[in-house]
Order: sequence, then structure tokens, then C-alpha cells
Amino acid sequence: MPDPKHNDAAAGDKRVETEMQNDKARLEEVLCSARKVAEQAEVFSASARATTVQFEANELKQVQSRESSSTALRIFREGKIGFAITSGGGDWEALVDMAVETSQFGSPANFQFPSSRDYSKVRIFDPKVEKIAMERIIEIGKELVAKVRGHTPDVLCDVQITKGTSSVSLINSQGGGGGYDKSFFSLSLEGILVRDTDILWVQDSESSCRSDLVGIPELTDRVVWQLEMARKKATVVTKLLPVIFTPHGVASALLGPLVLAFNGKAVFEGASPLKDKLEEQVFDKKLSLWDDATVAYGVGSYPFDDEGVSGQHLPLVANGVVTSFLYDLQTAALTGKKSTGNGRRAGGGFPSPAISSLVLKKGEVPFQAMVKDMKEGLIVEAVIGAEQGNILGGDFGGNVLLGYKVEDGEIVGRVKDTMIAGNVYQVLKELPGIGEETRWVGGTLQTPPLYCSGVSVTAKGN
Amino acid sequence: MRDLMADALKGHDADYIEIHFEESQATSIVYRGERLEEIGRARSSGGNIRALVRGSWGFVSFNHLDGLKAKVSLAVEEARVAGKESFELFATEPAVDTVVPQLRKDATTMPLATKKEFLDSYNNIMLSSPKIQSTRINYRDVKRRTTFATSEGSYIEQAKTDLSARLTAIAREGNEIQQAGLSLGSNGEFSAVEGLNEKAREIAGRAAALLSAPQVKGGEYTVILDPVLAGVFAHEAFGHLSESDHVYQNESLRQIMVLGKRFGGEHLNIVDDPSMPGLRGSYEYDDEGTAARKTYLIREGVLEGRLHSRETAAKMGEVATGNARAINYLFPPIVRMSNTFIQPGNTSFERMLGDIEEGVYVKDWYGGTTSLEMFTFSAGEAHMIRRGRLAELLRPVVLTGNVFTTLQNIDAIGDDLEMNQGGGCGKGGQSPLPVSDGSPHIRIRHCVVGGR
Repeated sequence: MPDPKHNDAAAGDKRVETEMQNDKARLEEVLCSARKVAEQAEVFSASARATTVQFEANELKQVQSRESSSTALRIFREGKIGFAITSGGGDWEALVDMAVETSQFGSPANFQFPSSRDYSKVRIFDPKVEKIAMERIIEIGKELVAKVRGHTPDVLCDVQITKGTSSVSLINSQGGGGGYDKSFFSLSLEGILVRDTDILWVQDSESSCRSDLVGIPELTDRVVWQLEMARKKATVVTKLLPVIFTPHGVASALLGPLVLAFNGKAVFEGASPLKDKLEEQVFDKKLSLWDDATVAYGVGSYPFDDEGVSGQHLPLVANGVVTSFLYDLQTAALTGKKSTGNGRRAGGGFPSPAISSLVLKKGEVPFQAMVKDMKEGLIVEAVIGAEQGNILGGDFGGNVLLGYKVEDGEIVGRVKDTMIAGNVYQVLKELPGIGEETRWVGGTLQTPPLYCSGVSVTAKGN
Repeated sequence: MRDLMADALKGHDADYIEIHFEESQATSIVYRGERLEEIGRARSSGGNIRALVRGSWGFVSFNHLDGLKAKVSLAVEEARVAGKESFELFATEPAVDTVVPQLRKDATTMPLATKKEFLDSYNNIMLSSPKIQSTRINYRDVKRRTTFATSEGSYIEQAKTDLSARLTAIAREGNEIQQAGLSLGSNGEFSAVEGLNEKAREIAGRAAALLSAPQVKGGEYTVILDPVLAGVFAHEAFGHLSESDHVYQNESLRQIMVLGKRFGGEHLNIVDDPSMPGLRGSYEYDDEGTAARKTYLIREGVLEGRLHSRETAAKMGEVATGNARAINYLFPPIVRMSNTFIQPGNTSFERMLGDIEEGVYVKDWYGGTTSLEMFTFSAGEAHMIRRGRLAELLRPVVLTGNVFTTLQNIDAIGDDLEMNQGGGCGKGGQSPLPVSDGSPHIRIRHCVVGGR
């Protein structure tokens, strides 16, 4: 059936192809002129196209198409690293000059660009994503809103649905390089419910490289569950309490300090509490954690990192013992290690160690059993201000944006005006339980609920 | 450029269309300990189109200007997909103008060697202080030229510069790690990063002192906020709730935020003002071409106004305040703050301190965030107050409050307004946006301080 929109998309595809050829030629050209002035050089290029459909206050509000691209050049000149980047339609001819300028002050080049060209395949592209019709996306949005309002008619929902593709190309003077395409599809749903001056936020999201792995009913079920649990209000008094962090809560409160501590740079400079803790029992025996760039259709997955090193399955904690840290080429060279394939570039910029996807191994305790086990405690879904403490030292905390009180093994309602505070190295040292139900949060963390004890809770009025 | 844009805007069936184009150049420098870890230059260009058709928006961002008219058509078509009920944007006078910043010492034109010389000095001072394990310095300056044209006849060219930096000292003893830092920024004046040797020494000294400092016992306290943290408080506790895009489609929130409602004592005045000269949140026109103006959010304790885009103003029957801003061409403008501050009162710091039996004095900041009703903000430095005097140094604390009660609990406002230019603001995936905030010292009763 003739469909004008589909024709647009087909025309778009053709343009992508020619652009890709242009990109490749441009990369070669930049590399070629860089080699004239530098001992080694690397050109990295990334581009993305995405369409986002946005609902605001239950209604379709805006359709956005975005394209972005960047080309970055890293050179070793007179033994020092120079770097420059151009984005959008920026002037890529100026790249070499800018990189040469910065190289005068750059840090010593202490590594080689890798010469690898063969990478194991990682499944991250689903051709179906591009073909999802705008009508279908709008339908999904309406479905999400209707389902949540079916439970609580007064709730106002903001929905964002994004489909898109991205491509990465890399070449370096040592003969290494490669390229890959990636697709992504994500749903995010946020509800706000106002009663007098009481504001309740509920929120969840799903994302994957494959559209059929994004669970629409699962998403609405979780948001409806949040609304249900928050229906009544409960109060807490200031004291130490056991806390169950839901997968969402783990991401919101505990993840930040942990990710920082496993960064090879922080370890190298001694700013990580895990420095000198390799092969030591730091966490509860039940806790195992790994970084995995090879998860099929994971939004954090890749065949090679942004420096051309293969992505891998990297155990960080095995049964509570610290087993590895995250390294890029430069940091690995400084510490006499090998890159773990975690050299990532935020916005296409300078590479730095970062996670691909983190997986926290699931345990054996059903969520319901954790709740039943608590005489008095909290369930935490989200905190605000978690990034504001001394997270380098492992502190976590903040105001409980969404959390529920448990009394005698039953969830009795939502808590407000409540703060939690703790330190991950104390709290994760002995865990009463790790959940048996695990799930992805935000596309890059897979975690079960964590049952913790001895978290400081501070409440208003006492 | 003007003709190109005017031509691309012609002949579309839309209620309103605007085109943005921008070119920018940036320099960034990152230190980690003794290593100058990253030094980079960046150039960028691109633009976007926003089209309004029957009440819905289409938005297209692009890298190249070629085929601009077809891109405008795509935005119009997208808007049509969503189209529902029409509305008129708040009417503003189309503006034709060119804005060029006047700087004494433009950071973006300073040689890299000079930038490095200053930063080296601060880094060396911190690194050579006792117990300092490592440091972080993040420096960035950017120059941005934007061109803006609308179907209503506006054509505005603006150039803007921005500078931001953060110094952090990390102290370590055994397993204990503590940090202290300083965020600063300017509208591109390089002087913001000059002459900080004493500050660098102070930060390093504080980080080391925190290693042996006690943690505050969590609970409710009377707190005094220094001008920096009080500015962050004004931004988090009330500024975000004043952004009309949170409110305009939410009937219940509109009722809570009805103009004339009392939020605090008669001494409380909170203002947002992009027309103040020379600050990071200053500009002549916002990203919808609306001229910047001063807005009282709270006057004498009562809700007097809020921040608007042309859409939210129209839908609430209020006036567009010139607060529609986008961080760059990849995003549409949304309602944002500019320079937000609490106006000075007349209580001296000594008097504020004088009648506190036990309390906490909090200074400087790590960050702040809000859920509109509840907010948190964290102090970079904290001291106990005992019997009207500053006592021992505490570990950094996070404070929290509820906007509907906390503003009422401000019982003293100082006479020493200062504007803080560090950091940046994030909202709706757009971060960091250059803003400034400020306040004199303020005192808050019954403030929840998190602790262990």
C-alpha cells in the first residue's frame, strides 16, 4: 500500500548510506593528514538519528526528529596526546590544527592504539526498529496512558517513546578499526498525582536495541503497583531501619558510589575505597557483580569500545571478592594492566573508563518473603539528592522520593519528608537477602531487589 | 543567512515556525591528580526547526543548512501528526537585533598556555597540601553564535560566552576518603579563574580536616545557609516550581500555585532576572526571541509571578517572561531560570547566629535537586552552632525540605547578597544550562538534616 511516510523513510535510508560512505572517506582523509604531523593517530566518528514522540499531561504534544554526529581526532605528537572534536556540521578540516595545538600541553602518550580489526559479533541491531510506524508509536503512548489512568483517573502522565539508530566508525594509524550500527527503542512513563499540596511521582522506563524486548504491560504494571502502594500514607520515626531497595531503588541510591569505585582511574590515583582491595572480601558472599558489553540487544552493548578494544564479560565482584576494575587504554597503561574494553566517550569526546551494562547476580529470596521478614522497615524505589553526598567515599542517601513503610510484614503506605543515609561498604558487607526476581533498569543495569539492614532514616518532626 | 532563513520559512501551512542555527567553539581542560588528563578543543555547528500546527509541535534538528526548506516541511508535517486544538502563542513584538557581549578579558581568546598556567598553580597548591591523595580540576569555556528567525519576522543574532570550572581536593587516610571543592563560573570573563591560590589552599585544608570531622546526628535543626547555599536553596526550593511548564496543564497544581498565595514571611522576596548584566544567566533575548525581563516570583512572601515561555503564558493568560531556553540546537526551548535570587533583608550574620542554642551552619554546595514539592540540597561545608557560636567542623550534610512549609520557616534574611556563578542547571535531559543564583545569609527553623 502506498504510504507517503514510508517513502520518506526509504529516501532517508539512501541518504544514510551515502553519508556513511562520505564519513568513511572523511575519516581516512583526517587520519591521513594527521599522520603527517603525528606519530600515531585515531579518528572516531559517531552519528545518531532518533525520533521521539512526547505526550504531556496525557496528550500527544510533540514529535521530534534529531540527528547528531561527531568526529574526534586523537594524536600522539612528540610523545604527547592531543585531542579535538567537531560535531554537527562542524569544521572537520580544523581538527588536525586543534589537535596539534592541544598536544603541546597533553599528557604523555604511554600506550599504542590497538591494531585489531576482528571483533566478535554482538547483537545490537534490529532492522525492525526503524520500520515501526509513527501511528504505532502514538498508539503505544495512548495505551500506556490509558492503562495507568484506568487505575488512577486523576494521574497526569508524561510519556516519551524514542526509536532510533546510531553508527560508530573508528580507524587508527596502527591499522586497527571497525564499525557497527545499533538500534534502540525506549519507553519512559512518568505520572504525577497532586492532592492538596501533596505531590506523588511515579516513574519507570524500558529500553532495548530490540523493540519486542521492550515490555509494555510490564512497564504499566510496575507504575500501577507504585500507585497502589502509595495510595495510603505512613509515617516513620528517626532511627536505623532495614531497607529493601527495589531494582529502581538500587539504581537510584546505591549504583553511583559503586560505579565510581570500580573506575580504574579512581583506583590508580587512590581516590577509590577499593584501592588495595583486589582479591579481598569486601562485600557479602552472596553478592556478585559484572560488567557485560556482550548482552544481546543491551543498550550498553558493543563489539568494541570507543578505542577499538573488544567488549567483554568482566567480573567485578565474585561472591563478595573484588576481582577487577574498569580500564581504558591510557589508565591501563599507567597501572600496567590491559584495557578491559571500557574506554567510553561521553558525547563522542575524550575516552574514559565507564561501564557498558552492569549485572548484579540474582539471589534466592522472593520479594514477598523480604517484605514478610520485616517487622519495621522501608522499601525504597527512588531518592533525590543521592549524587550530592561524598559518593567517592561510598556514602549514599537523599530524600525518599518514592518509598513505602513496612510494618509486621505488610506494606502500609508511602513515606514522605524522610531521608535515608548510609555507606555502601557498610550496608553491602552483610546483606540479609538478595532477591530472586531480577530486571533491567534504564537499559544498563540488571539487578534484583537488595535487602539491607541498618540504614539511617531521618524523618521530619523528630 | 537572513535571506536563506526567510526563504525557508515561506509557504508552509503552519501557525508558527522558528529556525535556530548555531556555531560554537569550546576548550576543555581536565586534571586528575598530577596528571593533566584531557585537554581538548571542540567545534560544533547545527540547527533546528520548531513548527506549531493546531496546538502541537514538530521539532527537527539538523547538522547542515542544505535543504533547509525541506527540513521545515518535515517539522510542519510532524506537528500535523500530533495536531489537535489550536491556540495562539503569547503575542510578542517581532525583534530584529544583533547582540555582541562586551568582555574585558574574553576567556575564549586566551592562549591555552595561560589557562594551563593558572590551573597548574591551583593544582600544585592542592597536591602539595597535607593528606591530599588526589585532585580534580574541570575547566571549560565556550563561545556560541546563534541565529534565530521566525515566521513572524524576528531575526536575532546573538553571541554568548560561558566559562565554568570546578576544583576538587580529595583527602585520604586509611580507608577514609573525603573531598572538598569549589565551583565557579562567569559569562566568559577570564578573571573568574584568576587569583584563586588562597581558595585552593582552603579547599585542600578543608578536605584534610574532614577526615577527622564527625558526622552530624540526623534530625531537625535550626540552620543558617551562607549566600551560596541559600542561592541553591532558592533555585531548588522555589525556582523550579515557578517554571510554568510544570504547572500549566495540571489543574491541581494551578490551584496550589495560584497568584496571591502566601508562601513565606513579609521579608521574603524571590526574583528571576535575565536582564541583570554580566552574569552567567544573563541574556537579551531568550530562545523564542522574547526580550529578557525581571520577574518577581515571590514579593513580600506572596506568590506574584512565574516563569513562562510564549506557550505557557498564553495557556495561563499571563505574560511571557523571556525564560524559554535550550542548552543547544539539539533541543527545543523549555521554561528555565536565569539569575534567581533572594533579595537582601536587614539581619546581620552575627545576630542570626546569636540566638541559636544548637544548630548547623551550612556553606557552599555539592548540588541540589527537587521533585517540586520536596527538595534536597547539599552543603560543601558544615559546622555545628552551639550557644550562638560556630563550633566544630562536620562532614558534608544533605538538607531536605518541603516547599510548602520550609519557605514559611525562614525567620531571618541577611543583608549580604552574593551571586553564585558555579555549576549549571539540568532539566528534561538538558544539562548543564548556564544560570546563576544568589541570596544573603538566611536562617531556617526546623530543617531536616540527614545524618548517620
